[in-house]
Amino acid sequence: MDNFLAARSQMGLSLAFHIVFSCIGMVMPFFMAVAHYKWLKTNREVYRNVTKAWSKGVAIFFATGAVSGTVLSFELGLLWPKFMQHAGPIFGMPFSLEGVAFFVEAIALGFFLYGWDKFNKWFHWFTGVIIGVSGLVSGILVVSANAWMNSPAGFDYVNGQYTNIDPIKAMFNSAWFSQALHMSIAAFAATGFAVAGVHALMILKKRNIRFHTEAFKIAVLFGIIAAILQPFSGDISAKFVAKSQPAKLAAMEALYKTQTHAPLLIGGMPDDKTQTVRYGLELPGMLSFMIYEDADKEVKGLDAIQPQYQPPVAVTHYAFQVMVGLGVIMFLMAVMYLVALIKKRSWLSTHWLLKLFVAAIPAGFIAVEAGWVVTEVGRQPWIINGVLLTKDSVTPMPGIAYTFYLFTAIYISLSIVVIFLLYRQIKMVPALYDVQQGLAADR
Amino acid sequence: MMCSRGLLQTDKFFYMQYVVVIFLCLSIVLYFLLGGADFGAGIIEMFTSKKNRSKTRRISYHAIGPIWEANHMWLVIAIVILFVGFPSIYATMSTYLHIPLLCMLLGIIARGTAFVFRSYDAVKDEMQWWYNRIFRYSSFITPFFLGIIAASVISGKIDDNAGNFLDAYVFSWLNWFSVAVGCFTVTLSGYLAAIYLIGEANDEDGRNRFINKATWMNIAAVFFGAVVFLAAWANGVPLPKWVFGHVPGVLAVTAAFASLSLLWWCVKKGHDGIIRVLAGFQVVMILFCVGYSRFPYFIALKSGHDISLLQNFADAGTIQTLGWALLLGSLIILPALGYLLYSFQKKTNVIEV
Ligand code: HDD
Ligand code: HEM
Ligand code: HEM
Repeated sequence: MDNFLAARSQMGLSLAFHIVFSCIGMVMPFFMAVAHYKWLKTNREVYRNVTKAWSKGVAIFFATGAVSGTVLSFELGLLWPKFMQHAGPIFGMPFSLEGVAFFVEAIALGFFLYGWDKFNKWFHWFTGVIIGVSGLVSGILVVSANAWMNSPAGFDYVNGQYTNIDPIKAMFNSAWFSQALHMSIAAFAATGFAVAGVHALMILKKRNIRFHTEAFKIAVLFGIIAAILQPFSGDISAKFVAKSQPAKLAAMEALYKTQTHAPLLIGGMPDDKTQTVRYGLELPGMLSFMIYEDADKEVKGLDAIQPQYQPPVAVTHYAFQVMVGLGVIMFLMAVMYLVALIKKRSWLSTHWLLKLFVAAIPAGFIAVEAGWVVTEVGRQPWIINGVLLTKDSVTPMPGIAYTFYLFTAIYISLSIVVIFLLYRQIKMVPALYDVQQGLAADR
Repeated sequence: MMCSRGLLQTDKFFYMQYVVVIFLCLSIVLYFLLGGADFGAGIIEMFTSKKNRSKTRRISYHAIGPIWEANHMWLVIAIVILFVGFPSIYATMSTYLHIPLLCMLLGIIARGTAFVFRSYDAVKDEMQWWYNRIFRYSSFITPFFLGIIAASVISGKIDDNAGNFLDAYVFSWLNWFSVAVGCFTVTLSGYLAAIYLIGEANDEDGRNRFINKATWMNIAAVFFGAVVFLAAWANGVPLPKWVFGHVPGVLAVTAAFASLSLLWWCVKKGHDGIIRVLAGFQVVMILFCVGYSRFPYFIALKSGHDISLLQNFADAGTIQTLGWALLLGSLIILPALGYLLYSFQKKTNVIEV
């Protein structure tokens, strides 16, 4: 494997791994806080058990998220030294603030995990909320750094020099809002669906039904609200991408030719050689309409981009299809559940509905990964859009392929261990938290 | 930029430069201290007989558990300050010290996950054997490579004109001096942890065990300290000049040694709070005497050209905002961290999680 490809793969792999843990680390504290609140208000044992069970999951995810995040902060330099040398001072602002947010999060985590029964119960609850808030803030901050790579701002680039640096402007670059919004909602949707699905599975298996029902109810509510909002936020993102990164949009839609009445493409296999798409369903004029609210407007195709600056079309297009497809499915499920909830339909707790949620466990996370592939691969060949090429910033050290294999092996084994640990936590739920036994164990 | 504004900015820039440098030094020192003590807990566990291990483990878990995440944040802060504020230094380090940085990362991954896995595995079975083993070995590897990295930064073996792989990426860090500093860092970490844990033991037996560990770690640290000087001589690193070549350095070394006897006296008397401060003081003095003579140079290159902190700042605008971010951030972090430390200090509060 050549060095450059290995570096890209290692970066992508590490990020793809980290994002799962950071989504959960950002969102679970909010679920926990709700369960915790209910416990403090109602004194019903089951809520305390849900909170405690979740907090153990969070500790596992948090630690894995923290180490993989630490790895990333090194990897940026290890793999892309020239990029960091130029970009660090410009987009470093969100990273420095993120450092602060992480610190707050780590401190709050110490209070929360080790502070049961030690502090005023509302102070203890509050530290749990702080974990969530600072996690969310740090997520937004990193995404703003990434947004800067997509739409660089806050500096002048003259003769290969970066001058007039304004880190605040760089942080609030034009892409940050749409990306941060979309990412935050995505984290809630993905985690909500995954957690709800796992508890639905346990209900179906008739394990400690009361416990899992309460847990399901909390998680699913977050999940469906986010899933309903997500397509709207995705629409904002797409409109923005069309304006600021026409090459990415063209690759997402596999739009080879600039045209008015541009069609929205559903499915299809793009073929770079013939510059055509096979087997796709084209909705004429829809793309122009969705972007400009006017079907007559022209949308730039790949032919408007010099060939050496075109991103890979097929990967970007497929990834986009996967994300949107899953987004639509999650949206429909959410609407259905919401209607049932409001109308208090009896099929709320029927098996097929629970089974549907079980099937959707990985949906949100697959969409998150696919979305990031769209963003990152769609930006290629640029690492800083329009300013610095990815290949010009890769480390000169040879042999990155080996570190890539090493990290692949590590991430695979870590994933296996984490899944194994969660499986054990969940399996132990009846023993640890069964209502009667739980009381006995408290003595 | 207008002229008058430009002047004002340089003026502010001047102060902010120092704010950033101070925070950089502070986070590096704190990482050595807090991260070091944290690694040390694993090292101590390694040198504990089988029958006492689970006891040691429990005590150190309660001692470091709550501040565990926070201890490691100092590293992240140092890295962020480096890449935001000193991009060329960061780029040089991450290019030529790629391999030891990678090894340290592997240690961090293994250690962080093993620590949490062993306390949060719902079933306690033979998997624990693996977690413990991984935790102990990685507690050893991580400070070892931290020491190697620190030594390589100052030893002047980084060759930015190297023509081949070995010279550029291996001999930049692989030499006797670096390895000796690596071992020295490991023993210092063990020493810090043992001293810290003396105050955490809840019976006479445990206390004596940690005192015994601290004694051995102290002896080992002095031994490896001497080895570091030998290795420096073998590799042509002017270490004696850096340490003894100026009055503050001599004073620092003397103070560190003098405080050793005070420390052991306090151990006898049972002043557990004071001994922690003294052990920390000794490590800070060691870092200080090298840091003082090297300042403002951060990286020494083989070509003889030293990379200075003060000449490799990022743009003024960046330093401004970085400085403010650090100042405001520490307003939030330091009180919270202090309260965390204070709250979990009282060992009587130990409860099972
Ligand atoms: C639960 C996950 C999830 C779901 C259901 C969706 N997305 Fe998404 N999408 C993401 C998760 C995500 C993401 C992983 O979070 C990305 C990657 C970068 C980012 O900011 O968000 C993303 C990026 C992303 C981008 C690229 C933004 C950029 O490069 O700046 C667009 C245009 C969309 N999305 C559009 C949509 C649309 C129209 C959806 C309709 C249903 C949709 N997304 C559902
Ligand atoms: C966590 C979610 C993310 C995922 C899953 C992700 C995924 C990827 C993938 C797949 C690549 C390889 C693209 C290619 O070379 O074709 C990549 C590259 C890269 N990403 Fe991301 N990314 C994420 C977020 C970020 C963030 C927040 C940043 C920086 C602030 C970032 C910085 C980079 C850099 C520097 C590269 C290498 C250069 C490049 O290929 O452009 N990524 N990422
Ligand atoms: C290049 C990109 C990234 C870098 C350098 C990075 C760096 C880090 C670091 C150093 C940590 C450890 C902090 C701790 O100990 O608490 C961490 C954790 C975390 N990261 Fe990332 N990160 C990146 C991408 C992302 C993305 C894309 C997100 C979310 C959208 C994210 C969200 C988080 C969150 C919420 C945590 C807290 C730990 C947890 O809850 O599991 N990070 N990251």
